[in-house]
Amino acid sequence: MVERHSGTVYNLALRLMNNPQEAEEVLQETFISAYRALDRFEGRSKLGTWLYRIAYNAALMRLRKRRVPTSSIDEPLLTEDGEAMPRQLVDWTSLPDEILLSGELRGVLDEAVAKLSETLRGVFVLRDIEGLSTAETAAILDLTEANVKVRLHRARLALREQLTTYFAPTGRVGARGGAYVRAV
Amino acid sequence: MSVLCRETLGMLSEYLDGELDEQLCAELERHMAECGDCRVVVDTLRKTVALYHTHGHRDVPADAKARLYAVLSLETGS
Ligand SMILES: [Zn+2]
Repeated sequence: MVERHSGTVYNLALRLMNNPQEAEEVLQETFISAYRALDRFEGRSKLGTWLYRIAYNAALMRLRKRRVPTSSIDEPLLTEDGEAMPRQLVDWTSLPDEILLSGELRGVLDEAVAKLSETLRGVFVLRDIEGLSTAETAAILDLTEANVKVRLHRARLALREQLTTYFAPTGRVGARGGAYVRAV
Repeated sequence: MSVLCRETLGMLSEYLDGELDEQLCAELERHMAECGDCRVVVDTLRKTVALYHTHGHRDVPADAKARLYAVLSLETGS
């Protein structure tokens, strides 16, 4: 159970807490709670789904206890009908090897996810980082599948904006260059 | 960005996930063929998803995993 599921539990906790120490605590809490409650696991959901729900709730409890929310509201601009509008239209899809091969990329990816609101982060980690299905993600987060899709789309658009800021050729000079270096 | 661009934008995730029906998919591709802005958005959005897919997961640190096993063996041993 630990070998199979600790990775997703840890990644969910890490992205929600934005802190490796607290992610480890959530990881331990999750498996301790799970072992204690294992005889009550009825197999109505998959074991993974059940575990990830425990982890998600444990992380949420901790986030609520934090006095100052650390997440920012960096969602994409929304038009009146709720559609997200892209702000940046620069192509950066051919990333130079020096970025792909360095630790820099991971730093940039981490920082961008950390800026998503909590509600988008949970969906994004489970769907796009851990590769769970829409249905399983919905069951874990207690959302409808339609809601998962909407949030995933918003999260991706917001991350695209963030990554464009870092990776667009014009974004690599001046003040943004500073942010770029800090992200390493 | 036009009304068509906005409609396109709203469907991009479903498009990338292969969840759009054939007709919408064709309409979207027709629009993208003539709209550079939407092409950039879809290309960079696809790249964003791919980067996280490949580089987004963080392994549980070895020491954290060792501590987890230690805590659990205490738990199950008691
Ligand atoms: Zn367009």
